[in-house]
Formats: sequence, structure tokens, C-alpha cells
Amino acid sequence: MTVLQKKAHNPIGHLTPEDIEQLGVELDAIRQSVIDTRGADDAAYIRKVIDAQRKLELGSRAILLISMFPPAWVVGTAGLAVAKIIENMEIGHNVMHGQWDWMRDPKIHSTTWEWDNASPSEQWKHSHNELHHTYTNVIGKDNDLGYGIMRVDEDQRWVPFYTAQPLWNFVNACFFEYGIAAYDLELGKNLATKERRNDPEFRARAKVTLKKIRNQMTKDYVIHPLVSGPSFLNTLAANATANLIRNLWTHSVIMCGHFPEGVETFERKSIVGETRGEWYLRQMLGSANISGSKAMHFMTGNLSFQIEHHLFPDLPSNRYQQIAPQVQALFEKYGLTYTTGSLPRQVASAWKKVIRLSLPNNFGRKARAKVLPMLPVPTRRTVDDAAAA
Amino acid sequence: MSLTAPSTRPDRPSLRRRLVRLAERATTPLLPADYLDLFDPLRPGADLRGRIVEVHPETADAATIVIRPGADWAGHVPGQYVRIGVDVDGIRQWRAYSLTHGPRPDGFISITVKAVPGGLVSTHLVRESRPGTLVHLEQAQGEFVLPTDGGKFLFVTAGSGVTPVIGMLRNLYPVADGGVVRLARAAAYDIVVLHVAPSEPDSIFIDNLRALDAAGLIRLVARYDDEHGVLDVADLETLVPDLHERSTLACGPGGLLDALQDHHDARGLDLLTEQFRVTTLVVGEGGTVDFTGSSSGAGTTVDADGATPILDAAEAAGVLMPSGCRMGICFGCVLPLKEGAVRDLRTGAVTTATPGETEGSGVPIQTCISAAAGACVIDH
Ligand SMILES: Cc1cc2nc3c(=O)[nH]c(=O)nc-3n(C[C@H](O)[C@H](O)[C@H](O)COP(=O)(O)OP(=O)(O)OC[C@H]3O[C@@H](n4cnc5c(N)ncnc54)[C@H](O)[C@@H]3O)c2cc1C
Ligand code: FES
Repeated sequence: MTVLQKKAHNPIGHLTPEDIEQLGVELDAIRQSVIDTRGADDAAYIRKVIDAQRKLELGSRAILLISMFPPAWVVGTAGLAVAKIIENMEIGHNVMHGQWDWMRDPKIHSTTWEWDNASPSEQWKHSHNELHHTYTNVIGKDNDLGYGIMRVDEDQRWVPFYTAQPLWNFVNACFFEYGIAAYDLELGKNLATKERRNDPEFRARAKVTLKKIRNQMTKDYVIHPLVSGPSFLNTLAANATANLIRNLWTHSVIMCGHFPEGVETFERKSIVGETRGEWYLRQMLGSANISGSKAMHFMTGNLSFQIEHHLFPDLPSNRYQQIAPQVQALFEKYGLTYTTGSLPRQVASAWKKVIRLSLPNNFGRKARAKVLPMLPVPTRRTVDDAAAA
Repeated sequence: MSLTAPSTRPDRPSLRRRLVRLAERATTPLLPADYLDLFDPLRPGADLRGRIVEVHPETADAATIVIRPGADWAGHVPGQYVRIGVDVDGIRQWRAYSLTHGPRPDGFISITVKAVPGGLVSTHLVRESRPGTLVHLEQAQGEFVLPTDGGKFLFVTAGSGVTPVIGMLRNLYPVADGGVVRLARAAAYDIVVLHVAPSEPDSIFIDNLRALDAAGLIRLVARYDDEHGVLDVADLETLVPDLHERSTLACGPGGLLDALQDHHDARGLDLLTEQFRVTTLVVGEGGTVDFTGSSSGAGTTVDADGATPILDAAEAAGVLMPSGCRMGICFGCVLPLKEGAVRDLRTGAVTTATPGETEGSGVPIQTCISAAAGACVIDH
């Protein structure tokens, strides 16, 4: 893809500023309808999920105490992997978004939640909630576009490092939780110069992260294996496998959110003075959904409703599915493309892009027709645009 | 004889402590308690909670709720209240309710709630609460209790203000199958109850009061607005001729308590009061409230209008705030005001904090009854 502003066919060229504001009003109404009906059933839902997740984790870990028996190993590992996925996706990610803060339960609150992941929740909330969700798909602002190690957009400059990005992406998938921790620490940037390396603020954050990683590792690779006695090695392998499965799964789901074909990116200057309607519009075009079964939606933490999540990041995740038809109807009404596809299709699409963009834009192809000058986001016409129009 | 210091081994943590640490390492980033709570939320060491065991109606709009408190419940003195956190429409709400029993043999506690029109928690508790529901508790507190050494007292109770009083009376005069039990310790008390209610059917616990009166243990003076007209405190001396020999304990609406206070002050009589509700007198001008400090809410800026307590405004904006009674009596919501002005919604009094002039740590304010009266900075 190319930043929307440079595309030959501008997918929002047909919308007037009034249309965009009206779209915002209609989305606000959907949001309000959920807030107005949020209540005891929703609270019961998240409590039930947390309860079940913890029991599943306990049960799986108990079974792994005898993991030297292969059936126990398989069942325990599968259970633990599922428990870890639910904990990260449907619970952790969503609680840290403040989706459940309205319950005023200090135990299920964005400000107190810590998740089973290498990255401390404080740092995750900053890089994810504040940066990624605010600057979604804005080149140069949203580091989630390639996590700083990959080129996932034609408009990101190619450097030879990117040639190996399919490999980077695979390695990142396997160790995704550490990738996230490094990314939340902005390791690439902060290790680059001596000055940054010695910045006390960075050092303090790095210390917190290292401590979290140490605790996580001690739990999964020392304590639980030790408690398993003769099953030490089997449990260690089981926990490593569960973490690997969780990493691969979360990485795949997250790739599907913003990398597949059809998702738009935006120029940095296009968001200056952005209105609420325009922000909504950017979220609509910058995210992709995954279609599938109820169980699949649940296991993605309802991030399969990435579009709905990006429009309303703080609404309870169990409601995304319910409002999806209304949101999709708005896409149709305003002539926009609701990007969605099955999990295998979206994962393949994202991988295809990672592989394609590992090479320079026009590599091995005839030079494309000269890209048109920037097409307007309708609200901010420039002299050039006016001439083009 | 020479004294040698006993040889000390390096402090080794106790076995229990080491096991706890092991459990913590095994459950990180959660705590062992997060898992234990799944199975036994009332166990020793857990956050204080309770489970509703029984709900029975007292009048058309009042019900008694019997709760089994968690193992760490420290007990209470009759007349005290408990702060209870209930989820209404999925949202945790905290309110204070007087305990309507003395310590019970079954270890349960009870509260009696009157559903106030439009009242969020009271209506929920009276009409919606079901046995088996988990509620959140704090330890009992409050100064509205009977002196232990006996004496002559007048209780003035209005409406649901009877609740702390019934707690004290039940403790003095327990009722068993065979009728009221006469305890030796009760002999030292001489009690008159002046009970005021809009009408007789509205009166919570009127049967209990009548039974005590019939048994000659207390003297009951019941006044119903619809029958006798609204109580005038000037009539007190007629209703209770030996008023001057008694200490008064009163619980009811602010207006009645204020009138009683004036009446008793003028006569130099003892008065202890308990109020369930504060009245909003003055509307401030509102402003932004910035939260600084180390809490999770730090960094948030909240727009608060002059009529909304900072506590409500901050919670509505997603800040996790300390709170308790939410009506200015428990000080569970106190936070230091570092800078700015707030207005007390009850009295209109303005409290200000000026950096450099006021104490470094800030001026503690009760966020539940303070509205912003200009831009404020609160340490949280
Ligand atoms: C120390 C203490 C002890 C208390 N003990 C008892 C008790 O034993 N039994 C009991 O029923 N209540 C008791 N209360 C009052 C109780 O805490 C709640 O304030 C009351 O139940 C109303 O809460 P709510 O959520 O239903 O009303 P809210 O939703 O908070 O208020 C709704 C409306 O009701 C009005 N209102 C609030 N409180 C009262 C009140 N007390 N009387 C009349 N109108 C009110 C409000 O101004 C508002 O207009 C006690 C309060 C305190 C501080
Ligand atoms: S919460 Fe009780 S004083 Fe405010």
C-alpha cells in the first residue's frame, strides 16, 4: 500500500467534510448505545472469563506436575497455551485498555492490571494505548507499522536490512513477548547513542522490564519445573511450548490487524488538526477484521473486530461483535471498504506484504506509472490538489 | 559472670514465609490470593468481603440483609456502621449502613436498608439483592455507641434512623424463643425511645420497639406525622418529662438533628447525633482537576463542574479514587490538594492551597463533598 494521500484513486475522495463529520456523529451514537446499556451482564461476562481462565491455568499447571506422561504433557501444554492466550488477549489487552474501568473494581482496572507477558503493563499502555491507538497507521508516528524492524508500507524507505525481514518477522513471532518488551522500551532508538543509553529514565524503565522478564522466566522455567520434580524437563519444555504457541498466535492475530492488503496508511502531516470524524475515518481505513467462528473471535480477544476496537478502544470487548453489523452498514453507506477475511487469508496477506516489501518498491518490475501528486484529504485542500481536481 | 551476646545466626526467613514467597513466584504477575479468591473469597487474609445469606422485608420499602462476613471481620459495637461495596448495574458503589444487631452467635452481621426514592444502592439492596451475592466490606466504624456503664438515655430516631438504635437495643435486650431475655448488664440502663416516622406502616422495627415497651424494658413514644403532625422539638419536654436527666442519642434527617442541637444547646443537655445524609447547599464554579503524584490516575485531567463532587467527576473520567461513605463523614476519600480551590458542597466553605504558602504535602480535602472552585491540582 501507499499512504492514502498519494494514491491514484483516493478511497475517501468522494466524501465531503460534512460527510465525515456526519459519520463521526453516527459512530458516536453507536458508542453511546453501548455505554447506555453497559451493565451487570457485561460485568458478569468478564468475571466469568477471568474465573475460567484462572481455573484453566491452575488445572493445566496441575496436570503438568506429571508431565513425564505424554498424555499429561499434551493436555497440560494445550491448556496452558490457551490460558495464556486468553490472559493476554481477551483479558489483559482489553483490561489495560480501560474497557472494564467503568466497573470501578480495583481488581479489574487498567491502572492495576499486570499481565502474563514480558512487557510491564505500564510501558505497554504507553506504547500501545497512547501511541498506536492515537496515531494508528500514520507513517513515522505509529511504530506498530513494522515495529521498527520491518518495512510494511511502500512509503517506508527501503534499506538493505529489510531484505531479511521475513526472517526478522518469523523470529519476532516466536519471541513475540520479548519483541513487544523491546519495542515498548524503544530499544532500537534508546540503544543507538551513548547519551540515550545512559538516560536515567530509560535505565529505570529497562530495569523494570528486566525484573518483569526475570520473574516471568523464573515462574515458567524454574519454579514450576522444580515443583514437578521428576517431570522437571518435561514441564520446562511444556511451558516453553505454551509460550511459543501463545507468541505465534498473538503475533498472527496482531499482524492481521493492520498489515493485510486493503489497509490504508497515512501521511504524518495529514493528521494535523484532525477532527473527531477524521480520526474515526482513519481508524476505519487503517484496520482490518478477521472473520470466523465465535471461538476464534474469543481467542483473538475480539481483536478480530479490529475495526470496531480501533473505533472504540475502551468499549467492552464482548460488545464488538454486537455492533459490527451497524459499523459495517456505515462503511457501506459512506462507500468505504470494510476490510475483512478469514484468519488464514489475512495471515497470508500480511506475510505476502512482509516478503514483497523486503525488496525495494519496484524491484524486478517495470517502473510503475508515475504516482500522482498527493490526492487530497478533502478537508485540507492544497493549491496542488485544487489544480489536480 | 561475663555476659556474652548470644550467637546469632543470620536471620533465616521462616518456613511459612518461604512458602509464601515460593507461591508468589509461581503465580507472578498475579498473587496467590488471586487464585485462592476463586475458591474461598471469605478466607482469612483475603480482602474483607461478605456473602449475603438472607434478605427479608421489614416494610414495603425496607429490608434487612444478613451477611456472613469474611474471616477477618473484627467485630463491632452496636450503633456502629459498616461500609459496604455493592455492584449495581455492574458498577461498584460504596455506602454506609448501620449494623442492626449486636454481635450475633452465628457470627453474621445485618443491616437494614430503606429504599430512598431514586436511590441507587438502597433500591438495589432492598429489591434486587439475593442470597449468595458477594459484597465488599470494610471494618465497622463510628462513634454513635452507648456508654458501657449504663445511665438514662433518650433515643430520638426518625425514619431509617432507627437502625443504629435497634442494634443497641437488641444487644441490651436480646429476644429468645421464650421472649425478651433480661440481662444483668441491661439493668443499668433506663431508655426512652422517641420514634418519629411519616406513618405507622412506614416504621421499620416498630414491632420490636413495641415488644420492648410491652415488656417494660424501654418506654416507647411513637409519633407519626400523619397522626400527630410533624414533631416540634419544643414538645420534647412534654413527651419526655425527665428529659433533663437523660443523655440524648439522635439519628435522623439533618433538619431534625439541627433543631435538636439548638434545643439541647440552649438547655445545656448532652446530645450525640448520627446523620445519614448531607445536604447540598452551595454550588461552586467548577474547573479542571489535575491529578499528579504516583498513583495510577496520575497525569489525568478531569473537567469538574461546580455542583459535582471531585470524587464523582474523577471516577466518571476513569480515575480510581479512594472513597468510602461518599457523604463526607468517613474521610476515606481524603487526598491532598496541592494547588487551587475547592468548595465544600455542604457548607459552601472554600478551601485553598497555594504552592509555597501551604504545607508542602498539600491540604487534605474530602473529594466526595468538595467541588472544584477553579483549577485544582490533587496529589494522588
Ligand atoms: C453512618 C451512616 C449510616 C447509615 N445507615 C443507614 C441505615 O442503617 N439504613 C439506611 O437505609 N441508610 C443508611 N445510611 C444511608 C445510606 O448510606 C445511603 O446514603 C442511602 O441508602 C441512600 O443511598 P442510595 O445509593 O440509595 O442513594 P443515592 O443514589 O446516593 O441518592 C439518591 C437520592 O437520594 C437522596 N438520599 C441520599 N441519601 C439519603 C438518605 N439517607 N435519606 C433520604 N434520601 C437520601 C439523595 O440526595 C439523592 O437525591 C447511612 C449513612 C451513613 C453515613
Ligand atoms: S468518602 Fe467519606 S469523606 Fe468522602
